[in-house]
Formats: sequence, C-alpha cells, structure tokens
Amino acid sequence: MAFAVPAGPSFAYDPASGFVWHGAARRLTERRMTPDRTILDQTLASAMAAAQGGDGEAYRRLLRDCLPVIAGMARTQGVRPDAVDDVVQDVLLTIHRARATYDPARPFLPWLRAITQRRAIDRMRRAGRRPQEVHDPIAYETRADSGPAPGQGLESRDRARILAEAVAALPEGQRQAVEHLALGERSLDETAELTGRSKGALKVNLHRALKALRRTLGPNPDERTPGHERERGTHDV
Amino acid sequence: MSANEGRTMSDGVHSPSHDRLVDALAGDLKPVRRLPAPSLRALTWCAAVFGVGLVAMPFADLDALHIRMAVPDLRYAALGAVLTAVTAALAAFQTSVPGRSALWVLAPVLPAALWIGASGMGCLRGWVVPGTDLPDAHEVGGCFAFLLSVSVPFSLGLVLMLRRACPLRPNLTAALVGLSAAAAAAALLVPFHPHDATATDLALHGVAVGLVIVVNRLAGGRLLAGKR
Repeated sequence: MAFAVPAGPSFAYDPASGFVWHGAARRLTERRMTPDRTILDQTLASAMAAAQGGDGEAYRRLLRDCLPVIAGMARTQGVRPDAVDDVVQDVLLTIHRARATYDPARPFLPWLRAITQRRAIDRMRRAGRRPQEVHDPIAYETRADSGPAPGQGLESRDRARILAEAVAALPEGQRQAVEHLALGERSLDETAELTGRSKGALKVNLHRALKALRRTLGPNPDERTPGHERERGTHDV
Repeated sequence: MSANEGRTMSDGVHSPSHDRLVDALAGDLKPVRRLPAPSLRALTWCAAVFGVGLVAMPFADLDALHIRMAVPDLRYAALGAVLTAVTAALAAFQTSVPGRSALWVLAPVLPAALWIGASGMGCLRGWVVPGTDLPDAHEVGGCFAFLLSVSVPFSLGLVLMLRRACPLRPNLTAALVGLSAAAAAAALLVPFHPHDATATDLALHGVAVGLVIVVNRLAGGRLLAGKR
C-alpha cells in the first residue's frame, strides 16, 4: 500500500518501490506508449498483481497474453525464427521465477522486455558457441529458413476461421460427415454409430460436403463447380 | 519440456508445448511476497554492516584513528570505501531486478575511483613522508585475514539477499557484490589499522573482489542466476 499524496507532483513512499516521484516511472513510460499499448500494459500489470496473490487463472491468462509479445520482442532482438520457441519458454520460466520482483506501481512491459532481451541474448550466445562450418557463402545466403514465415500464424488462424465458418454453413448430415470423418479422423463404423446414419449415406454426404466446400473456398471462380452440377446433390442423405 | 515438440507448426505463439508449460506454471502457482524496493533492501544491508561496525567499535584504537583521519588521503580513502560499499550494494540490488536501468552499474565508479586513488597514495607514503609507519609481513597477514574473514560473510549475506530477486546479469551483479563487500571490509578495517600504508589492502581487496566473481563463475553462473 502506498503512502502517497495523489494531488499534484510529490514524492511518495512505497514499500515495494522505495521513495519514488509519485507515478513518475509509469507516466514516463505511458507517454512513450500508444493508447493500445497502455491498455495492454495495464491489463498485464493487473493480471500479474493478481498472480502474485496466487490467482492461477489470472496467471494463465497473463502468460498466454504474453506469448505474442515475447515472440515479437525476441524476433526484434534478432533471434532466428527456429529459436523463438526456446526463447519464449526460457522467458516464461524466468517470469515464473522473477514474479516476486515485479512492482505493480511500475509498467509491466519494460519488466518483460528486460527479461526477454536477456534470455534472447543468452540463447544467441549459446547458439554462437556451437561450431558452425559454412564452406559456401552463396549456399549460406540462399539457404531456406526452416522456421515458419513471418505472419504464418495469422494466416493459419484466418484459414482455420474461414474453414470453420464454411463447415458450419453445411447441411447437418454433411457437417457431421466432415467433422467426424475428415477433421476428427474417425472411421466410417465409429461415425455411423455416433450419428446413426448408414456408411453409404456418410460417404455420399462427405463427397457432397467436400464438393460444396471446394465451391465455397475455391481460389478463383474458374475452379468453382459449374451451375448445372450445383443443382443436384447438394442436400443431405 | 522442449520447444522442439511444437516447432513444425509453431510461429513462436501457438505451440502445444507452450500450452503445456503455461498450464504447468499456472497450476503450480503459489502466492509470493512482493520484494521490497531494491533501495530499501540495499539500505537494510548497509544498516547490518553499520551494526557490525558498531559492535566492533569498542575494540578499536580511537586515538590512533583520530590521528590517521587527520591525514587527507587516509580520510578520503576511508570515505571512498564507505561510499563504494553503499553505492555498489545499491547497484547490485538494482541490477537484480528486471527492468531497472543498467546505468546503476556506474554508481560506484566515482566512489571507487576516490577509494582506489586515495589508497594508491598510500603506496608512495614511505617515500613522500619519511617516518611513516609501514606494515611488516606479520601485519600484512593480519590485514589479509581480517579482510577475508569480513568480506566473505558480507558477500555471502549479499548473495543470499540477491538470490531472492532475479539478477539477469549474474556475473555483473556478482562483481558488484564483491566490490561492495570488499569496500565494506576496507571501511571496517580503518579503525583497526595499525599503520598508514594502504596499498597492500588495495591488492587484497582486488583478491576479495576476484574471489567472489570466480566463485560465481565456478558455480556455473548459478550462484546468483538460480534455477531458471
């Protein structure tokens, strides 16, 4: 609990911060942040304060919210894409160990950035110590990166959302066939037992569902099914 | 848990291994007592050292101390040692908390320069001021034993306090620990010093600082880094 005088600029004593220019650290950092960033910082700061009190759910949310922030900071630091996961996990472990050092009167993101930068540097140093032999500079320059491409996560999330919407729009029988047979990778017997439909009907429904999905999600109009084919076989069996 | 498990699909954010780690950490969560401010913790350590000094004061030769403090370079060396102990401790506690400015490392530079510079003058005392009371081999051994027996417990105390935080640069923090403990030992030695020259002390302080850093390095940087 801070013994601070809120009106006007003043020195305040906080057992966690010592003598501080009241709110100065947070104000200085907030001035440099965009409004979205400030909201994110405040959200993370309050979640960490709750986690210090033992709130496991707030802590889980905090760590999940931190994942993209840490990954972005690690990439900015120059960590190779295939090493970002390791840095993220190192940072999560360090956050867990250092959580008592976080002072909720101060902004959260600089605290997180300091940990991430340090762990990224540690990781790059360890990687740098491993012997690497490169005989062909051109091969080195043109080597394909084994890690995911930037923005791949966003794209895959978008694709998953569009596919989920298209599947949800299918008639009931076709949707069940896609969900159980294609997405759930269940056998025809299992699916027949679960849905109460015959195996033949399931096969027909799956075929029609795939055709409908191809029509809905096809990359250009030329690949879409012609109108006369669309007329037949669109309903459930 | 390895990040490799989720590497094929992972973009650094979505990975089953991240999910498992987050669940494990959140499931294992226990309430923690927030650490007091680094400045407050440094002051606590300084107060403990001051308390040790007060307890030892009845055994000091205060008349000789007054005479020695009349000599400017000895006075400045003592002042420099005290200021170095305080600022290095403050810097060590600040660097043990993530997100604090790295510039704190510079805090002990000026006091240490004063301490080392003024102590270095002691080297020349035998030539500059004839009749100075220089130490013999037995006294040098006594000083060494005093400095080691005082700096080692001080260093250990500091390390124990700092381990509760999370020094992200453990070797740097260990160096500051060594500097602070050595300076505190040097400051405590002043009332008990039977002679004027301080160059030998300076060399011994160097050994004490190096000892803490080497011990931390030998421990694989784990003495302060702790378990990640």
